[in-house]
Amino acid sequence: MYKYIIRRILIFIPMLFALSVVVFALSKAAPGDPFTTMLDPNIDRSVFEERKEALGLNDPIPVQYFRWVSSAVQGDFGESIVYNQRPVMDLIKVRFWNTIYLGIVALFFTLIVAIPIGIYSARNPYSLLDYGATGFSFLGLAIPNFFFGLLAIYFLSIQFGWFPAQGTVSGTDVSGLEEFIDRIHHMILPGITLGLAGTATYMRYMRSEVLDVLGSDYIRTAKAKGMSDRNVLYKHTLRNALIPIITLMGFEFGVLIGGAVITEQVFNYPGLGTLFLDAIINRDYPIVMALALIFGIFILVGNLLADIFYSVVDPRIRYD
Amino acid sequence: MDVKDLKTYFYLDDQKVARAVDDVDLTVNAGETVALVGESGSGKSITSLSIMQLINKPGKIVDGTISLLGQNLLNLSDKQMTKVRGNDVAMIFQEPMTALNPVYTIGNQISEVLRKHKKMNKKQARRRAIELLKMVGFPRAEDTFDEYPHQLSGGMRQRAMIAIAISCEPKLLIADEPTTALDVTIQAQIIDLMNEMKEKLDMALLLITHDLGVVAEYADRVLVMYGGQIVEEAPKKRLFKESKHPYTSGLMESLPSIYKEEERLGTIRGTVPPAHSFPKGCRFSSRCPHAMDQCFESNPDLIQLDHEHSVRCYLYTDE
Repeated sequence: MYKYIIRRILIFIPMLFALSVVVFALSKAAPGDPFTTMLDPNIDRSVFEERKEALGLNDPIPVQYFRWVSSAVQGDFGESIVYNQRPVMDLIKVRFWNTIYLGIVALFFTLIVAIPIGIYSARNPYSLLDYGATGFSFLGLAIPNFFFGLLAIYFLSIQFGWFPAQGTVSGTDVSGLEEFIDRIHHMILPGITLGLAGTATYMRYMRSEVLDVLGSDYIRTAKAKGMSDRNVLYKHTLRNALIPIITLMGFEFGVLIGGAVITEQVFNYPGLGTLFLDAIINRDYPIVMALALIFGIFILVGNLLADIFYSVVDPRIRYD
Repeated sequence: MDVKDLKTYFYLDDQKVARAVDDVDLTVNAGETVALVGESGSGKSITSLSIMQLINKPGKIVDGTISLLGQNLLNLSDKQMTKVRGNDVAMIFQEPMTALNPVYTIGNQISEVLRKHKKMNKKQARRRAIELLKMVGFPRAEDTFDEYPHQLSGGMRQRAMIAIAISCEPKLLIADEPTTALDVTIQAQIIDLMNEMKEKLDMALLLITHDLGVVAEYADRVLVMYGGQIVEEAPKKRLFKESKHPYTSGLMESLPSIYKEEERLGTIRGTVPPAHSFPKGCRFSSRCPHAMDQCFESNPDLIQLDHEHSVRCYLYTDE
């Protein structure tokens, strides 16, 4: 078990290396440089060349790569070009937890909705609620994130006034428990928006998995042993049905962060997604590279967690 | 156990009704081994699952009584029935590779039965489970207790299934083709083990099989099933010596004999008709070498030839 986890973590290292190479190469391959958007015709070209030389942008690519990586592993991603030369790490730190919280709210919403409904659908296939859930899933998958976000803002926030339409807190004059509740209140709409597609997917998966397991031989054995319906469902069915769901959740981690780029923009939510989009538009490469690397790490960590969890739930892969 | 007029029908999508088990009478006495024989699709497994009331939609037990020690199981509520399953009646299935839950240890799966029916605590259940594992032939029972099904071979898993089934010393053990999926050498071991457990715990054994060799070796009485009905019932020796029903005779001819050299074994032409479209008359009429006009008209009743032998065939009516 521990050997398995350690081996998985060791595999992590070359993957991280590959990821950093890809991120660096892509940013180098992108056309233009940070000065492209600042070109002032009144300034002599040679000034830009000097600046580029000073920033090391004319050094050989491998040299630049090693310079970037060696400071990146120390948590230094350089300075933002657009945001008044503030360190990239500071900009990220401010928004990092906002995005994480949003992801957690989205995942929480996904799980508490999708799993019970999926189980219900599987136990009562072709019932009214099952058809309803199926309809909802297709709708959830078909509606783009940003569109659902706009609908939610229009109806739930502007028309009914139940939820705030943007931001993370109402003001600076709240604190303690009040602030916590206020922050949650702000996260509900973007959280649901972000979790919508996942909810739809998980519901479908859960339904088909539970249905599959309920028809299996070992469930018949459990029933033949005289186990109660509750026991058959919670002990024998659920653990088996959740195995593929866990795999899915590993990917969900990355999907949530990716989805956050759009959702945060719609709700004007100050998270990593908003920062990422702004950085791309402004060609603020230090930020783009840092975030691309962080998003990549999210996906790697998500898959690592999924693999570890997987081996906890399913004894068959423990000794591989 | 006494089963009377059991009817289990499957209501198919297109309004068809599959009469998978139709008017089956079956008695298994204490300490007796009764074999239920028939080819695939004859309704053997559905009969056994009906006894356990484990028939899933669209199937339904339509009529009949299933009495165990004077109590009609069909009158019990779902909750009461869970106290009978695994406790008074236990079952072993055909496919040991998939019959155990892959994510729980063997010990866990035995203990939960003991804890449910015998109200044992964790420690008692563990001790008893290890005893049971030893009984069914696990040499390192303590280790096996903590092992998962995937760590055991098919034969070993079937032994574990037997341990689960006998854990509460049931009065009736139903074994649904327990050896079909196993290696020939393992088959004999498993059947021997079941027989030994049956003797030891004085259980009744309902053995569902299509292996006539197994029947010859272990059964006291044999019921031959065809098309959801019993077509012949007799003590084992009489069935092998003087089978009456053309179907039973066909089965016997398909066995190789050590007394005569045969070029080809006998076969029965065709296959069992699907349960939603049996022929109008005798269900075997379409394949029967002795079919008469009468056979295509109406289905014969089960005729008592004497106190222990009965057959469903017009060849043996007096008229």
